[in-house]
Amino acid sequence: MIKFEINGRSVSVDADPKTPLLWAIRDEIGLTGTKFGCGIGMCGACTVHVGGRATRSCITALADVEDTKITTIEGLDDQANHPVQEAWRNLRVPQCGYCQSGQIMQAAALLQDIPAPTDDDIDAVMTGNLCRCMTYPRIRQAVREAATAMTGAQNNG
Amino acid sequence: MGNKLLSRMTNSAKPSDMTRRGFLVSMTATGVAFGFPRASSAAMDPAAPDGIPVESVGDTFEPTLWYWIDSEGQVNVNIIRAEMGQHVGTAIARILADELEVAWEDVNITHVDSAEKWGTMVTGGSWSVWQSWPVYRQAGAAGRTALIEAAATMWGVDPADCTARDGAVSDGTNTITYAELVSAGLSRSFTEEEMKALPLKPHSELRLVGKDVTALDIENKINGKAIYGLDAKVEGMVYGVPMLPPTRLGSSVTSVDDSAAKGMKGYLQTLTLDDPSGTVPGWVVVLGETLMAAKWASQVIKVEWAAGEIAGVSEAEINDRSRALIADQTSGAILATETPDTTDAFSSAANVIEAEYTTQTVLHFQLEPVNATVFQNEDGIWEIHTGNQWQSLIVPTLSTALDVPADRIVMRTYMLGGGFGRRLNGDYAVPAALASKALGGKPVKLVFFREDDAQFDSPRSPSVQKLRMAFDTDNAVVGMEHHAAAGWPTGVVVPSFMPKGVNGEPYDPFAIDGADHWYSVGAHKVRAISNDLANKTFRPGWLRSVGPGWTNFAVESFMDEAAHQVDADPLEFRLRHLKAEGYNAGSAPNAVGGAARQAAVLQKVADMSGYGSADLPADTAIGIASTFGQARSMPTWTASAVQVHIDRQTGEIDVQKMWLAFDCGTVVDPDSALAQCEGAALWGLSMALYEGTKIENGNVADRNLGSYTPLRMIDTPEMEIAFVESTEVPVGLGEPGTTVIAPAIANAIYNAIGARMRSLPIRPDDILAALNA
Repeated sequence: MIKFEINGRSVSVDADPKTPLLWAIRDEIGLTGTKFGCGIGMCGACTVHVGGRATRSCITALADVEDTKITTIEGLDDQANHPVQEAWRNLRVPQCGYCQSGQIMQAAALLQDIPAPTDDDIDAVMTGNLCRCMTYPRIRQAVREAATAMTGAQNNG
Repeated sequence: MGNKLLSRMTNSAKPSDMTRRGFLVSMTATGVAFGFPRASSAAMDPAAPDGIPVESVGDTFEPTLWYWIDSEGQVNVNIIRAEMGQHVGTAIARILADELEVAWEDVNITHVDSAEKWGTMVTGGSWSVWQSWPVYRQAGAAGRTALIEAAATMWGVDPADCTARDGAVSDGTNTITYAELVSAGLSRSFTEEEMKALPLKPHSELRLVGKDVTALDIENKINGKAIYGLDAKVEGMVYGVPMLPPTRLGSSVTSVDDSAAKGMKGYLQTLTLDDPSGTVPGWVVVLGETLMAAKWASQVIKVEWAAGEIAGVSEAEINDRSRALIADQTSGAILATETPDTTDAFSSAANVIEAEYTTQTVLHFQLEPVNATVFQNEDGIWEIHTGNQWQSLIVPTLSTALDVPADRIVMRTYMLGGGFGRRLNGDYAVPAALASKALGGKPVKLVFFREDDAQFDSPRSPSVQKLRMAFDTDNAVVGMEHHAAAGWPTGVVVPSFMPKGVNGEPYDPFAIDGADHWYSVGAHKVRAISNDLANKTFRPGWLRSVGPGWTNFAVESFMDEAAHQVDADPLEFRLRHLKAEGYNAGSAPNAVGGAARQAAVLQKVADMSGYGSADLPADTAIGIASTFGQARSMPTWTASAVQVHIDRQTGEIDVQKMWLAFDCGTVVDPDSALAQCEGAALWGLSMALYEGTKIENGNVADRNLGSYTPLRMIDTPEMEIAFVESTEVPVGLGEPGTTVIAPAIANAIYNAIGARMRSLPIRPDDILAALNA
């Protein structure tokens, strides 16, 4: 049994410790918002936060997340109103939507690390997340808007 | 598309038990100490947090099979098109809601499961809005007419004195809501003739079409609740992974040794599939209690195959075969252009130019790998849970594979994690069905890992094209020929869909559309050639824009080459030949204006980009291209200009900006229209510079992102996209943007450094080779 916290709840999963975290999240815990794309950590569809860090869950072994705190798209915000999600909603970023959980989790981590990213920062970080519908122009703009919203909230707070 | 009328008063709560039977399942409990229970349902409302379609309340009025209105005024619109990023339900429901005169807040959509009554279920060809426009407008108008008549009868007034708006009818004195009218009981039927004669609103009265409305599927794609095929869960299901044979066709299993897997935890068994449909010959499926148990077992199970005859085929051999077929003037189908006989034009020409263009194999690489969950339910019906674009195509194949009548099979509906044409070919559902069949109907979830998905792809065929143009002594164009050879998706999968050319030979329109362009060039021969070696090596696929993705690369590159040949400006040369006369004059309803509209978008994009007037740095230039989108029968007038800078030392191609202009007739859903054009244009860019694989040893060489390199954000240029205002018939937008980018880039490269690039994709090494040639 491997214990960890996911979206604020404690879980213990009885699965092979080599199991990629992705499949434990999807098939054992039942949270399917996190997606499978390439299986080699190169598309970003499986991105979750482990200890606050953007992590490719498809290449992260279950054994390696013992006692960590994990956040998935379902737990990013109770009302799905994280500033990144609001920006995604306002700009109508998703097309097929399949990569967007990973994009949103990656963007949220980016803005935690770099609250006021330059366009080059955004491109450098987000280029690791493939969007096959090619929603890149809107993702780029949504990250900018989320950064502005979050910085503004901090300045006002 | 069928448009049967089922106008009746119905007291049943649901229009169809079949489509609305939620399939409730619990989460898989194996090994879980804690979980989040969630119900999964098929026949999907993409706006509902659990995907379960809206339930009607009280009586319903169902003027046609496309929707119902209930006693609370809720409207549910049935959508037979797959949702794969186009927000297609939002576009189609809005067409209906506009004519029906209901508030958008009262509109729900249901992406329905497969059933005979829906007619042909296919989502492709950029057809959805174009095909739905007349049908859903009529359907909405039928409801509005019936509701107005009911109110008028109630009040004893002339229906002509009543109006409908926001889900209510008024005669100026009285007002009654649709909800009240439905509750009071409503019965009205229309003959086909009455249906056709229904008054449709003029464009000036449209209140939802063309207006900004948030797509209904977006929220669940932000909060992680959208349900895709890979998210399907069925109680008691086991997981399967395929072991693919060495060739797509013709392989057979000679031995299976699973002794090394026997002791592995969670390993169940290995199935050698028996496929009466011939879809997956030589396939083996490994089953496990968990997906990884099956996957890990598959890595130690030893299977030996007798490989099919194409085990050694390479892309070069396929292209050589194309060249041989092109050289053989008796091969292929000649399309019915205005003057297909070019003999005299070329024999009497003062000058002839010709060029060969090639494009490499391209993978769909839709981000959700193909998958399917299949079982036989308690009623004996085979349920196929998967995202799919052409249910009507694969159900008969599944019927053969399962050896049951087609009406014993239902395709459950899910969101698609990308389609791009991959899921037009539902072949991936067949091995899942066969695995379940082998287990007596027990649920099997078959998951393709990425490498398997890529190997089993129906890729865009490599193509070879030879173009020729004849000029007279005044340098006027007197003839043109376009010979295009490639694998034919329609020829392989649905040959019955192929029309015949003027020489009586059938052809795949999806592999030649675009070559039959709207330029007036005198005699014009278009020859479509099926590459038999390609067809038996892999399954040629329909991939976003299909043939127009390669034919227009050739046509629009060649138009630039021809312009330079006669010292004309490429823009002026094109406009001179877009005459809108004769064969190219256009006709109602879909192509009003003909070539003049193509000329207009081309001029527009030239103006937007500053083509010809912009003062640009060295090795930097703008190239242009223009197409009619997908097909002459449904032209989406499309043009682009692309600015590139070339680094002569590295060969790197920096795409600095892309401008696009579209005339798609009426824009139904402005934001989704823009999104489709953004994505299509970037697909065009990706296939122009970044994507391409090769057939090696009978399979695609690149199977994951380590070596297959679609466009990423860092290479995404600024874009400016404009739509021509129009009240013409709305045509498609999913693909047209794809068709204009590669030629515009090739033309820009030529303008920047004088190198003519005739093969896709164009890589830095190709630029260096051209510069050093």
